[in-house]
Amino acid sequence: MTGFCPACVGAADFAADRATAGSAAASERILLHLPDIRCAACIASVETTLSAMPGVQEARVNLSRKQAVVSGWGLDPAPLIDALAKAGHRAQTLDEGMLAGQSDEMRGLLLRTGIAGFAMMNVMLLSVAVWSGAADTTQRMFHLISAAIALPAVAYSGRPFFASAFGALRNGRLNMDVPISLAILLSAVVSLIGAVQGADRHSWFDASLALTFFLLIGRTLDHAGRSAARSAAAELSALTVPQAVLLTPEGERVVRAEDLRAGDRIRVRPGDRLPADGTVEHGLSDVDRSALTGESATCPVAIGAPVSAGEVNLSGPLTIRVLRAGKDTALSRLAELVATAEMQRSRFTGIADRAARAYAPLVHILGLVAFVAWWHLTGDAWRAIDVAIAVLVITCPCALGLAVPAVSVVATGRLFRKGLLVKSPTALERLAEIDVVAFDKTGTLTTGEARLQGAPRDAELALAAALASGSTHPYSRALIAATKARGIVPGAVEKVVERPGLGIDAIVEGRTVRLGRPSWIGTTGDGVALDDGSGEPILFTFGEDVRADAGELIARLRGAGLSVAMLSGDSRTPCRRVADSLGLDDVQCAMTPDDKAEWIRAKHRAGHRVLMVGDGLNDTGALSLAHASAALGSGLDAARAASDVVVLSGSLAGLADLVTVSRAGVRRMRQNILLSAGYNVVAVPLALAGLATPFLAAIAMSLSSVTVSLNALRKLR
Amino acid sequence: MNVLAILIPVSVCLGLLGLAAFFWTMRASQYDDTEGDRHRILDNRWDAAPKD
Repeated sequence: MTGFCPACVGAADFAADRATAGSAAASERILLHLPDIRCAACIASVETTLSAMPGVQEARVNLSRKQAVVSGWGLDPAPLIDALAKAGHRAQTLDEGMLAGQSDEMRGLLLRTGIAGFAMMNVMLLSVAVWSGAADTTQRMFHLISAAIALPAVAYSGRPFFASAFGALRNGRLNMDVPISLAILLSAVVSLIGAVQGADRHSWFDASLALTFFLLIGRTLDHAGRSAARSAAAELSALTVPQAVLLTPEGERVVRAEDLRAGDRIRVRPGDRLPADGTVEHGLSDVDRSALTGESATCPVAIGAPVSAGEVNLSGPLTIRVLRAGKDTALSRLAELVATAEMQRSRFTGIADRAARAYAPLVHILGLVAFVAWWHLTGDAWRAIDVAIAVLVITCPCALGLAVPAVSVVATGRLFRKGLLVKSPTALERLAEIDVVAFDKTGTLTTGEARLQGAPRDAELALAAALASGSTHPYSRALIAATKARGIVPGAVEKVVERPGLGIDAIVEGRTVRLGRPSWIGTTGDGVALDDGSGEPILFTFGEDVRADAGELIARLRGAGLSVAMLSGDSRTPCRRVADSLGLDDVQCAMTPDDKAEWIRAKHRAGHRVLMVGDGLNDTGALSLAHASAALGSGLDAARAASDVVVLSGSLAGLADLVTVSRAGVRRMRQNILLSAGYNVVAVPLALAGLATPFLAAIAMSLSSVTVSLNALRKLR
Repeated sequence: MNVLAILIPVSVCLGLLGLAAFFWTMRASQYDDTEGDRHRILDNRWDAAPKD
């Protein structure tokens, strides 16, 4: 290593990156997301599985980020994912472009903390000599050496504070970083002037560096605590690049969904999500619109029918003429609405900001008063500045800077272990204020899977399952699941023909049997009808499974003094069935996405604070409007992006902890702020009286920081 | 007091040595996967014949 200056290190890093990128022309990299890996055994099995694949040169698992980096030649993610699935690991490809620059910020913070720590230790060593009696030239020399170490270190390490303070001042606001920057800069500059003049005054280099160092530790902790959550959230959105099958005169071609143009013709296979808005040009099918409307019933489409991006094609292949693609689709416009609402929520001021708003002017006034009073009384401007700096350094919210981040690290870490990712920095404080919890129905309180209702005869079920076995329609899957649950073997059928948008027919023992839309079979009702050749149609109806832990969750939320409501886009009957099984009485049915948002607005106007839990696109408006929001990890990207918390574990039970842990966390934050304020109440009068030496200031600062950190680490109750 | 001329550079150099070691750990990506490294050290796959 040749140079130690941070710029050189950065440059060297950059050069190293370039070098690997250069050699990557020969070998390529694939990034895989492995959501389920936990332990040493998983690392070993994933790495061995991947290394055994052809073309793989090296595979390395990063357990903290739940990723695997695979490098090699001619890599194709699909066989790698299949091999991992065989070994029992779920894996998905990550779009590397969307993850760029994520680890750089943490690196920068660590680097700044390291440099501040190094400089602080050296300067303190020199200060010891001065305090133990070095005088005249020796003292001056020590001060000059301290300056040579401290000034570059402060300039580099303090940059995050200076940048934030400058930003706030430019917008005419005061934040906590303004007094911090002022104290750091003033103490460094005044000490430098003293050192150059050789004046016999206190030097503040060590205080200036200690301040930077302690505050950087707070920032680094804060960043580390949320980086796991942030990277997971970014990964969720980087997952699976949407693709489309474009029909060209030369044949079919797979392109990225965002590259589609209006007028393009695309093919959508059954089971695929539509990549763009358009009209059906050819084909007959059913689409699942639940992502957009929240309604669980499927919707038939025929030639000329409008379809939107985000819907899932169920039964037959469709050819679509694209009307709007990329950023213009209904789906993307909804996502934009969400982003706007997100901006509004980011104006929420957290506890730390509120404390800073009250505290920052007070600090400045105290410093100024000390300066003016001392100057007036003693006529010695340097002495007055000295006292003013002592006041600024002591009141400087070193502990306050740690008070909130340290607690939020502990609380979010605890929630993370329960499978809850806290994305937003102020989410904990907002969650603690919640008094109403609103749930979406489909996919949130229920599993979102259809389930056969009633008790059809075994023979009928066996026949229906035999017909359904070739289809991916949710009702078909439900029929097959019901057969398996009863231990029935589906019958044998011949010449199965899928009639897109209608159903399936086949031949059994010479008779024609049909399974499909009730109107096609010649009956009425919801669900699927079976014509077994006897002329008497049999109707199968479907409901949804309530999640196993939903009941317990609702009981625990009520126990915590919260009221619980259910908002659903579905019609009254399925709504009531779910609500009754959970004992919910506040139920809103047949709601459009706008209705949900309006319901939340009305609650907020009435003075309530709502936590919205949802998973679909139809919830995104409500998720982003609510005081706090949680989305299921299995839900749609847009829903996860709009919410503060992502539930990864796939079980709802953790949500009750969300409220209790955040309430306990906020209590602890308040306690910490009081503690650090307590130190100031004792130390500020001393500083104002001119009794605070840099030594005393440093002691007070470290003590309060340590107390606050230890208090944060105590078990949250 | 002349001994200071040697001692101060020595102390600063020792500090720089520590800083250099810290930079090295960072460049060697030792903070990138603290969770995984905690488990890897207990893994016996590399015990007999180190791969790399």
